Amino acid sequence: MPDGGIGASTKRREDVRFLTGKGRYTDDYNRPDQTYVWFLRSDVAHGRITKLDTSAAEAMPGVVKIFTSADFTTAGGIPAGWQIHDRQGEPMKEPKHPILAEGKVRHVGDPIAAVVAETRAQARDAAEAIEVDIEELPAVVDMRAALEAGSALVHDDMGTNLCFDWGFVEDNRDAVDAAIKAAPHVTTLELVNNRLIPNAMEPRVALGDYDQADDQHTLYTTSQNPHVIRLLMGAFVLSIPEQKLRVVAPDVGGGFGSKIFHYAEEAFVTAAAKVVGRPVKWTSTRSEAFMSDAHGRDHVTKIELATEKDGTFLALRSTTLANMGAYLSTFAPSIPTYLHGTLMAGNYKTPQIYVNVRAVFTNTVPVDAYRGAGRPEATFQIERVIDKAARELGIDPIEIRRRNYVTEFPYQTPVAVNYDIGDYNALMDKLIEIADVAGFPARREESAARGRLRGLGISSYIEACGIAPSNLVGQLGARAGLYEAATVRVNPTGGITVFTGSHSHGQGHETTFPQVVASMLGIDAGSIEISHGDTAKVPFGMGTYGSRSLAVGGSAIVKAVDKIIAKAKKIAAHLMEAAETDIELKDGRFSVAGTDKSVAWADVTLAAYVPHNYPLDQIEPGLEETAFYDPSNFTYPAGAYACEVEVDPETGVVTVLGFAAADDFGNVVNPMIVEGQVHGGIAQGIGQAMLEAAGYDENGQITTGSYMDYAMPRSNDVPNYKVDHSCVTPCTHNPLGVKGCGEAGAIGSPPAFVNAVLDALNSGGIKVDHINMPLTPSRVWAAIQAARA
Amino acid sequence: MPQVSMTVNGRKVSGEVEGRTLLVEFLREGLRLTGTHVGCDTAQCGACVVHVNGNSIKSCNIFALEADGAEVTTIEGIAGKDGSLSVVQAAFQTHHGLQCGYCTPGMVMTATSLLKENPAPSEAEIREYLEGNICRCTGYHNIVKAIQAAAAELGSNRVAAE
Ligand code: FES
Ligand code: FES
Repeated sequence: MPDGGIGASTKRREDVRFLTGKGRYTDDYNRPDQTYVWFLRSDVAHGRITKLDTSAAEAMPGVVKIFTSADFTTAGGIPAGWQIHDRQGEPMKEPKHPILAEGKVRHVGDPIAAVVAETRAQARDAAEAIEVDIEELPAVVDMRAALEAGSALVHDDMGTNLCFDWGFVEDNRDAVDAAIKAAPHVTTLELVNNRLIPNAMEPRVALGDYDQADDQHTLYTTSQNPHVIRLLMGAFVLSIPEQKLRVVAPDVGGGFGSKIFHYAEEAFVTAAAKVVGRPVKWTSTRSEAFMSDAHGRDHVTKIELATEKDGTFLALRSTTLANMGAYLSTFAPSIPTYLHGTLMAGNYKTPQIYVNVRAVFTNTVPVDAYRGAGRPEATFQIERVIDKAARELGIDPIEIRRRNYVTEFPYQTPVAVNYDIGDYNALMDKLIEIADVAGFPARREESAARGRLRGLGISSYIEACGIAPSNLVGQLGARAGLYEAATVRVNPTGGITVFTGSHSHGQGHETTFPQVVASMLGIDAGSIEISHGDTAKVPFGMGTYGSRSLAVGGSAIVKAVDKIIAKAKKIAAHLMEAAETDIELKDGRFSVAGTDKSVAWADVTLAAYVPHNYPLDQIEPGLEETAFYDPSNFTYPAGAYACEVEVDPETGVVTVLGFAAADDFGNVVNPMIVEGQVHGGIAQGIGQAMLEAAGYDENGQITTGSYMDYAMPRSNDVPNYKVDHSCVTPCTHNPLGVKGCGEAGAIGSPPAFVNAVLDALNSGGIKVDHINMPLTPSRVWAAIQAARA
Repeated sequence: MPQVSMTVNGRKVSGEVEGRTLLVEFLREGLRLTGTHVGCDTAQCGACVVHVNGNSIKSCNIFALEADGAEVTTIEGIAGKDGSLSVVQAAFQTHHGLQCGYCTPGMVMTATSLLKENPAPSEAEIREYLEGNICRCTGYHNIVKAIQAAAAELGSNRVAAE
């Protein structure tokens, strides 16, 4: 095994450029003769545009051209990539999402016009000189009110604000109703999964370029999946065939889902560059990001858990309103449905489950995937209602979970998915050890001595990564395949370039993917380069989201390397005049079994490109292979998390004292990177649970429009984390036995945090059933006051 | 347009700016030193931290003209002339204190200042000092570890030098 193969905490090679200021993010790209665009955005949530006069603005210094919707009459709308069918089998309502507002504005931030000018400052100045009158209409903000008769309509022609009413599994509905009715105990909880703003630290950027000489468009953009953007924008919005459109997503400063989607600004700069005959660049300000990046979560749910008196789960019913915002973002319809309903079994063998989701249009920014995407929403309901049931039934929260864990695999859930493997009791055992649960009572006493209430919150989670297989997701309404592609190019002197359709925006693929290839070939990882993020270089790719890169993208690389090895063995057999079946590859050398004959890796690669002594009658020269990998199932990472908090009962201030995570990610390629992914996920989860919430007032004005109002987790809000990934049940159906680790932390941590706060309060004699996230001091304090009253 | 001159990473530079041009805009667009990042427009995130006359400041929060005549160091000026990473930079790599790298220049500049002011900070002091720097990726754990490790290494270097 070479240094830096699978299992090594290899230092990241990409770090050197990031640490020295040599990263190449989209905003660092500039094209000769470039212009800048500034979008005039709606400052009202809902209204009819009655006047839009750009003449004064056009006369402003530096203005090249001002665009309105009239310039995009032949363009399509920004498409939704997933079609949901409702309980009656009818397709969801799918309103047009224009590049620039057509007649109506539907959320604060909706772009109305776009000024292209010589400088950004000039574009901004001119945008302020555009005369626009908007007749304000009542804003649709609250989801329940949106569904009432007589509500204002976000999209007049649809006649309703209901996008779809989805039942899952619809055939189970009556059985679940009956089981809940007949059950000895039912625990009910109404809760909100708070709306979040993803806030990757790099704001979005799009730079469009057009080369008239060969009619080629290039879009540089902050994307997690450049090929998906090329497909959606080229085919549905601008009618540009793939061979005429190159999309480049270079270094990207974090995504968390928000950079999966195809956004209007990307289509705008691509189209405008051709119209004005010069490159057009857009760099989002953070203020714009708050009102134009897709938001996440925003569910209102009633969850009911029916149990025996001994805590055995009998049935679960989840009834949810999911906010879509004003338009359907790329994957929005799939998040509260197939990424949420399918996870409602959690880690438990609940025999009967029914999920109902009504998706609602409102005059708010579109809502789509954010780290976890549907799975945190499912996990939060399950893990909160279990904790409440445990309290009601007088059962220890760890014990009630253990009594209901799935312990035999494969396990077919009542919500379609089939768990291939896992060991949830082992994860709980590990958690109890690393969180020092045994020492908790003493720590609680120590807090009590200082007048503080200490709480321990437990959660389990399961997630489903690498959505697949494509033929199944196609039946469920996905308008794309969910495979991944890789090309492995072996160069004549033995070095390798791997072209991957996965995209790294912090995950460290440039380091981990070579570790995989190095292990397979027995050569030094340093001779392997990764190329990603450019449709002109990489054959195809579905990109990075849903914790899929290693499980799906890595598997595609493995398949391509397998093909390379098979061909290289043929060449080696020829060079050594041996039978192909006798050739072994070890430590970068091919040898003939049972002899001392061998040739080096580089001898074989050179022979492939200088085929003087070569079996030309049997195989082609060259050593380059492409593979597409379409998984046969999801992967199912799982874990058990513990959060320890202290509550000041006088002020409601919560301090996170400790956080422990025991995860089963299957096999791990680079432990250091995996642990970093979990750390970041936990911080985002604690952010959701304690600090973050996107706010809208009743007029649809966003009340959290900057970091002054939107509370991002900062270094002193979070503790050190104890993370462990030593419980390994390798995935049964991908070649590396890996599962995915990117979202776990954000999925498992919010319920652990909330359970911890409620444990602190209830064990301190303050009876509180639930507090909605984020558990800010004022909310906690109010709950304490209400309990004491 | 007014002219501004300063020394950036040891090199004398000058250029024309508008009165409203921010220092970060001058660095990124005027000098094409794109290592300094912009993560917000309310001086809250710290992606833009540089050193001006030895102090770390948010370069989105001062005008280029205010830095006229100043000594400015950006992330591009932190590594050795031969490209070798500084102790702080190397510690960030060793301890995986960065993921997407976007907050990283600001973090490294801030951490470098911290260790100059306080060579042996406690964990709480590190977390307190980083309050103006947001990282969305790492959950801060490894950033804190990296800074602790850098402090230890700089400390033992000092002892060795004495
Ligand atoms: S860009 Fe300067 S603090 Fe955010
Ligand atoms: S490493 Fe991505 S924001 Fe800090």
